[in-house]
Amino acid sequence: MAADGQSMPNSLAPVKAAPYVPRYFIPAELALVEAMAERIFPENADGPGAKQLGVGPFIDGQLFSPWGFAARWYMKGPFVSGPPQLGYQLPWTPRQLYRLACGALDRHCLAQEGVVFARLPPERQDAVITLLEAGALMLDGVPGKVFFELVRGNTLEGAFADPLYGGNRHMAGWKMCGFPGARADFMLWVNQNGAPYPFGPVAIPPYQHVHGLHEGTMVIDMPVLTSDLEEYDADNPGNTP
Amino acid sequence: MPRKADVVIVGSGWAGSIMAHQLHRAGLSVVVLERGPMRKTAIDGAYPYSIDELRANVRKRLFENLAPQTVTIRNTPHQQALPYRQLGAFLPGTGLGGGGLHWAGCMFRAMPDDLRLRSAIIERYGRKFIPKDMNLQDYGVTYDELEPFFNQAEYVFGASGEAWTVRGKRAGNGDPFAPDRSKPFPLPPLREVYSAALFRKGAAACGYHPYVIPAANASRPYTNSYGCQLGPCNFCGYCSGYDCFLYSKASPNICIWPALWGKKNFTLRTDAHVLKVDLARSPAGQGLKEAKAVEWYDGETGTHQRTEAGMVILAGFQLSNVHLMLLSGIGQPYDPVRNTGVVGRNFVYQTITSSRVWLRPDQHTNQFIGAGGGGVAIDDFNCTNFDHGPLGFIGGSPIWVNQSGLKPIEAMTGAGGHGQPRWGSDFKHQALETYRHSIGMDAHGSNMAYRDVWLDLDPTWKNDWGQPLMRMTFTWHDNDIRMNRFVTSHIPRIAEAMGAVRVEVGSLKPGEPFDVTQYKTTHLAGGAVMGTDPRTSALNRYLQCWDVPNVFVVGSNAFPQGMGYNPTGLVAALAYWSAHHIVTDYLKNPRPLCGRGVSS
Repeated sequence: MAADGQSMPNSLAPVKAAPYVPRYFIPAELALVEAMAERIFPENADGPGAKQLGVGPFIDGQLFSPWGFAARWYMKGPFVSGPPQLGYQLPWTPRQLYRLACGALDRHCLAQEGVVFARLPPERQDAVITLLEAGALMLDGVPGKVFFELVRGNTLEGAFADPLYGGNRHMAGWKMCGFPGARADFMLWVNQNGAPYPFGPVAIPPYQHVHGLHEGTMVIDMPVLTSDLEEYDADNPGNTP
Repeated sequence: MPRKADVVIVGSGWAGSIMAHQLHRAGLSVVVLERGPMRKTAIDGAYPYSIDELRANVRKRLFENLAPQTVTIRNTPHQQALPYRQLGAFLPGTGLGGGGLHWAGCMFRAMPDDLRLRSAIIERYGRKFIPKDMNLQDYGVTYDELEPFFNQAEYVFGASGEAWTVRGKRAGNGDPFAPDRSKPFPLPPLREVYSAALFRKGAAACGYHPYVIPAANASRPYTNSYGCQLGPCNFCGYCSGYDCFLYSKASPNICIWPALWGKKNFTLRTDAHVLKVDLARSPAGQGLKEAKAVEWYDGETGTHQRTEAGMVILAGFQLSNVHLMLLSGIGQPYDPVRNTGVVGRNFVYQTITSSRVWLRPDQHTNQFIGAGGGGVAIDDFNCTNFDHGPLGFIGGSPIWVNQSGLKPIEAMTGAGGHGQPRWGSDFKHQALETYRHSIGMDAHGSNMAYRDVWLDLDPTWKNDWGQPLMRMTFTWHDNDIRMNRFVTSHIPRIAEAMGAVRVEVGSLKPGEPFDVTQYKTTHLAGGAVMGTDPRTSALNRYLQCWDVPNVFVVGSNAFPQGMGYNPTGLVAALAYWSAHHIVTDYLKNPRPLCGRGVSS
């Protein structure tokens, strides 16, 4: 059996999918996020990048989860800025951070380069990301560094989370790093003297869906899961799960 | 729901479950109030939905919801403390089992000198060796006194491990620095993953003394004396941050609470957030107070409730216990300027830094395999096991490979840095290779108590119920930074003996401030410490409040300084120790169990 899970071609066969229609992002935001995610985790000799892994749809879906609404963060004022080691002190939820920062970043790129971020050549995109990482840009009140860390974190989540959430398509992220997913039984493999684990990954089965990885919608189509995965009720934010 | 009970217990983690079981067994009516939700392993912990990294460790399913209440944090007394708005450096638990549900399972006893560190340092190096403004203290209880209670905890948890000596006789290849035991571990040691076995080889080649970490992850099927059953650990790697679907990792949820379900005179309420302990003047006089009732918010009905209590046990997370004492007026709050008061004093943490060792590309470390408490450690640089004289610091660290199951989101997010790219094609390649071929190694060490590190109430931010948040003033101090740097300086040699092709040593930097955004450990301690002198401890040696004798405060809040080991073994032993003295002594004659005249 191959170490990378190639032994399961049928279940892993690419399915021709319709273009993803974002639910939270407007198309320009999705294009920016997908372009930035691809530079953070690009396709290369190791395997597919963020775009092919479905990171854009993953992040769009996550913005409907309680996390997207900062439902479990302490969000009471006053909001006072402080040194970075005292942590996040902005009044915005992830949904608001993406909205503010994407718009401001595209306006910045239009002003400086004449095109929006997604249309810049990769090396110019890298130059902009380098500025963000260094904290040299402010995006409508959102420090560039905060936005960079947000997108970096979400990109890696989307590449390596269970495919349940729309990213890590065909478990390709897991196959790249040799992670067996939900196998969760190594009774006979505690110590094999440095041999690679021989089996490919398995994912958490999507409830009631055989082929049902409708990216981004899985979060609300799974009544079996406990409330922290159900769609956040934006009209009643007090009903925090 | 009864309106009154003999004892009301706040919190349902290890401390609360042990106290509930022991006091109910003694015939008391017991009410337990837990702020978080009910968590049943068969439902919430079931395979496969429980082993979802995004949901568990990334979105923090089992950890405290900070929306209604958090703490504020600052590094120095002159800064404005700011709210800990997102979980980062530490991850308090919530819900049935508390931190005892999502812990990893490292289950240590304390070293005898951990419990009498002040005396041990003075005996060896003299009083002058203790830096000015370090509040170095003894616990007021000795290892020999606690030994039966360490046993009791290990046999309830089903601990796996290997002894060095039992009743003075060599019993196995355990930790030669470990104190003598009256009984062997209930279960044999866990097997060692490849990474840990390599560390054992490397550490032994350097002349150190490797031993298997004692773990509350069952190496065999086990039934404890309460009839609760554990299954053997299969090294699934979903341990720290997860609610073990295999029933292998000990938790209050599977080791203790099942023994109380359906029992008469036992009530457990979840979504019950305790706001305050009501006090009155004690009829005994002497300036003592008496707890009369507990006020709490019922999250199920959205109403305020009050439960009358003959005794109150605070058994929440360390921060919660200290906060409730401050909100209720139990004990005198600490004032660092005048150096008076005890509640909030000796707040401590632990030093922990992680290093990484890369092996050859044909060596696959399969880091996703592991048991939470599994691994191999050395104690050669822990506690008082080495000569501190020429080094000029107090404290120490075990070094270990505790591969408890590294999942890819955590691995990839943490990859890069230290001069390497954190994004892009090279980052991706290095992160993938690092995941396949490297080993993590930690120096998990002590943290001493200082006059300018403490807990009090914040002047600005409030919780959902209008109460002030607790404020933490904390940063790393020179003594602990030098300790960490000394211990980690030995890691390259061990790594070389393991056959490393590259090593990246993690250590605290001189002057480095505490950073709340990076996970370190959830082993917060102190703030309401035990001791023999009411001027320097909030609790006597039985964990009874000096000022309010019908309140006992159980948890790592009682540790006067942060030790090198993980706290749970000592928390559990102290809970059994306290419960033993409540049942055999206090209940027969409720009173302060120690005279205030006893002084250090």
